[in-house]
Formats: sequence, C-alpha cells, structure tokens
Amino acid sequence: MDTFLQQLINGLTLGSVYALVALGYTMVYGIIGLINFAHGEVVMIGAMVSLSVIMALLGAHAPLPSVVIILAGLLVAITVCMAIAYAMEKIAYRPLRKAPRLAPLITAIGMSIILQNLALIVWGRNYLTFPTLIQPTPYNVLGASMTDLQMLIVVLAGLLMAGLVFVVQRTRLGMAMRATAQNPQVAGLMGIDINVVISAAFVIGAALAAVAGLMVMTYYGIAHYYMGFLLGLKAFTAAVLGGIGNLAGAMLGGVLLGIIEALGAGYIGDVSNICGFPFLSDSLQQQCAASEGQVSMFGSNYQDVFAFFVLILVLIFRPSGLLGERVSERA
Amino acid sequence: MTTPLLELKDLQVAYGGIQAVKGIDLSVDQGELVCLIGANGAGKTTTLKGITGLQPIKSGKIHYAGEDITGKPAFQLVRKGLSMVPEGRGVFGALTIEENLAMGAYARDDRAAIKDDVERVFGLFPRLKERRKQTAGTLSGGEQQMLAMGRALMSRPKLLLLDEPSMGLAPLMVQKVFETVMAVSKEGVTILLIEQNAKLALEVSSRGYVMESGEITLQGKAKQLLSDPKVRAAYLGEAA
Repeated sequence: MDTFLQQLINGLTLGSVYALVALGYTMVYGIIGLINFAHGEVVMIGAMVSLSVIMALLGAHAPLPSVVIILAGLLVAITVCMAIAYAMEKIAYRPLRKAPRLAPLITAIGMSIILQNLALIVWGRNYLTFPTLIQPTPYNVLGASMTDLQMLIVVLAGLLMAGLVFVVQRTRLGMAMRATAQNPQVAGLMGIDINVVISAAFVIGAALAAVAGLMVMTYYGIAHYYMGFLLGLKAFTAAVLGGIGNLAGAMLGGVLLGIIEALGAGYIGDVSNICGFPFLSDSLQQQCAASEGQVSMFGSNYQDVFAFFVLILVLIFRPSGLLGERVSERA
Repeated sequence: MTTPLLELKDLQVAYGGIQAVKGIDLSVDQGELVCLIGANGAGKTTTLKGITGLQPIKSGKIHYAGEDITGKPAFQLVRKGLSMVPEGRGVFGALTIEENLAMGAYARDDRAAIKDDVERVFGLFPRLKERRKQTAGTLSGGEQQMLAMGRALMSRPKLLLLDEPSMGLAPLMVQKVFETVMAVSKEGVTILLIEQNAKLALEVSSRGYVMESGEITLQGKAKQLLSDPKVRAAYLGEAA
C-alpha cells in the first residue's frame, strides 16, 4: 500500500508535467492537424534557457532571493520559447499548410533535429546540474511522502490548465480557436484571421512547454540537450491516450500516463521476480538465496517502456483515445 | 447610372485542375435581390468562393462598394459588410447556438448592439431561441440553415451571398428559408442568391443570371427568365 500511494504521488507529479506538454501537441493538432514533433524540443529549450538565466543571476554580485531568480528564469524561458514557436510555425509550417500531410510532419521532425543541434552548440553535450535553489522538504501524506516541490508542480500545473480552459471556453480568442478547429474556411468567413489563431495555438503551447521544462529540470535536478526527445514522445503518447485534439483528453492522458509509468516502475521489480518459479537453474537458485528471494528480470529502469506499451494498446484498441470524438462529427 | 455594389468583370476561376468559371460578368446593385441559377456543377459555388477569396481566382476583377477586392482574404471582407452563407451551411457543430451567433459578430466590437441583434435573430427564428444553449450539431438541417443565416446577419452585412440555402431541406423548410430571404431583402440587405431551385429563386428575385458549364448563358429580369422557354425547358422541368 505504501508503494502504491507513493508511486501515485510520484506519478501525479510527473503526469502534471506530461499534461502541460501534451496540451501543446493537442492544441496544434486540433487546429491544423499537425503533430508538431519539435514540441518536445521547445520544452528542452525552456529548461536550458531558464537554467542559463538562473546560473547567471546566481553568479551576480548582489544575491537575489531564490524565488526571484527562478521567476526571472521562467519568464525569460517563456518569452524565448514563445518566440521560437512563433517563428517555427511561420517559417517551417505555414508555407506547407496546403501541402500533403506528410510534408509538414517530416518538417516537424527536421525542426526537432535542428533545435536539438542548436542546443548542443549552445549548451554542450554534458548533463547540466540544476542548482538546489529549492531544498525539497518532504511531508507525510497518509504514510507516503510528498515534497513541497512536488506539491508546487502539481498545483501550478493545475492552475495553468484551469487558465487554459478558461481562455478556450470563455474568451474571444478561445472561441475563434474552437471555430477554426472545426472549420477554418467558415471561420475565415466570420472575420477570423486564422493565421493569428494558429500562431496563438503554437505560442500558448510553447509557454506551457517552457513551464514544463523548468519543472522537469527542478524535479530531476538535471538538464540535457536530448531531454526533450523522450519527454516529447511521452507527452505525445499522453495526448493520443486522451484523444488527440481534445484538451481535457490531453490533461487526463498526461496524468494517467504519469501514474501508469510510476506504478509500473514501482511494481515491475516484484512482478518480474523469478524466484517464485518452480524450475530454476542452480545458479539462479543460489542468486535467489543470496538476495532474499528477490531476483527481478526487469527493474525500474524499464520505466520508459510503459508509455509506449500504452501507446500501442491505445492505437490498437481505441485509436480515437479515451475522450476522443468519433470522426463522424465533420459530416 | 450608379455603380453596382458588387461587380464581377471577366472572372475566371479554376477548381481542381478544371476551369470551373470561364470569364463571367455579373453585377448586383444596392438593395437588389439577384439570383444565379444553374445545374449542379455549373460553377455557381466556385463563383462565390472566388468572390470571398476561398478559392484563388485565375483572372478577372471583383469590385465591391467601389473598391477592388480581387484576391482579398475572406476574413477582411466581413469587416467591409460582405457576408456569405456557405454551401452546406457550415455551422460550428460543437459550439452552442449562442456561440455560433457570437462568431457571426466576431468582426464587430459594439457589444450592446450585438446583444440587440441576437434578439433580432431570435425574433426571426424563435426556434433558435428555444435551443440557444444547445450545440449546433444537434439541430435539424432546416434549423442549421436558419442558424447559418442568422449568423451571417449578425455581421450586419450590406451584401449577403447565399449558397444553395434550400439544399437538402424539406419543402416546408424551403418555404420558410425563402420567406426569410425576402424578409432580409426588404430590410435593405443586398442579396446574391445561388440556387438549383430555379423556380423559387426567380420568384423572389428581381433579376437573374443563368449559368451553364462555367458561363453565363442568359440574364435579365426574373419575370422574363421565368417565362423564357429555354429556362422553362432546362430548369423548370417543362417540355419545350
């Protein structure tokens, strides 16, 4: 039970980050039907830029409070990510809007490689450690531990998602986004400049990605030019799990995927313990005896497998995702 | 002679590799209700799409309210008072009726007047008022057509382009739609109506154009067209 609750808390934390990133995928897909594979790299750049700003401020003569330093890093990262996403859409995707769908998709993969290599040039190929500006204090939650950092991540992600829902459901821009997602031609007839709406989707997604980038970096304590790749794929999986194009789906899919991964990592050792098997070779029996009956075929380093296992299952059994609409709506 | 509100000069539009509109001239005067009739595939819808910039045109000029709007994107035209109800209605199915109407007023920022106009549309179509919180996808085809027209009126258009408003509707609904078209026209809105239902279209219009495989083959007063033996034979289902 302890493991369960503990992994649930860890999963919720990680899942909140996935959800923020997944929203970026799903918003862009919902409006122009493009899977922006470079979105994970925007997360990475968000982490890297905030790290650089934080390091620079730490090195300054007058010591600033940690909160101010982190906020400054976050704001600069958000600005840079928004600018990159805006430029990316305008330069790489807009000229291909009427091209066959494969062309922008491959361009997105190309953008991903370009951004990765730019980061490699700017920040180098080493793992960068994030300074411990926040010393996480663990709190007891029903017998499991949850740090204040984890709480902050979950609460902040929740607030951002609520804010996004408000924008999409209640504002003029949000209404224009929903209309454009349904029928861009008719949206144009209403007086909506769909280029503005599409840019907005990219830019809002990038802002959320920047926040997510800082979150994963503080959580794991490291950053790396390649970190966006796997994170992006997982967030994409989360978006597909929830039903790509659907905002609530991205949030649900993100949190669920985080929890599945955490629980999977927490239990895979026990589940794949081979000591209970009846026919074991002598050497294995010896190993079991030596390690108090705990010899697992897979350890928690297999954590990443679960996300893609989920992706495969969703694609086979429910390609429209948990909350995805049936395709017939366009008829 | 005053300049017409809308004037097409030698408009040519290609659509999917074929030349769907082969150089047509057409004009609509201020306050007129003009119809463009013709069989399926004659190029009527492509003409409208060319006017509103939804389909890039090949050559020719489009003048609206004394201004050259050739090649202008659709979203700029609404602000000039040119509004279009697209073929197949194009309501936003996942948005509520109120939101659909709000979309129609997207280009406006006079909130108080927008509220009044919503009520005006609800007065025109009481059915929509009953269902204001429902999503448009749950409406019947006729109700969606009303919503599409109401939505177009929300922009306070000077010129309204209607693309096959009677398509796929039950006869009773068709009647209602045409009554609405006439009511809107009486309010002073200039209308260019595209229809396959030639008889009804000519009955409500003052002038008409007949389009055949991308060209205007006949034009004139609607009454004269109604009694023209060629029109009667081809579009009104009578023996020549």
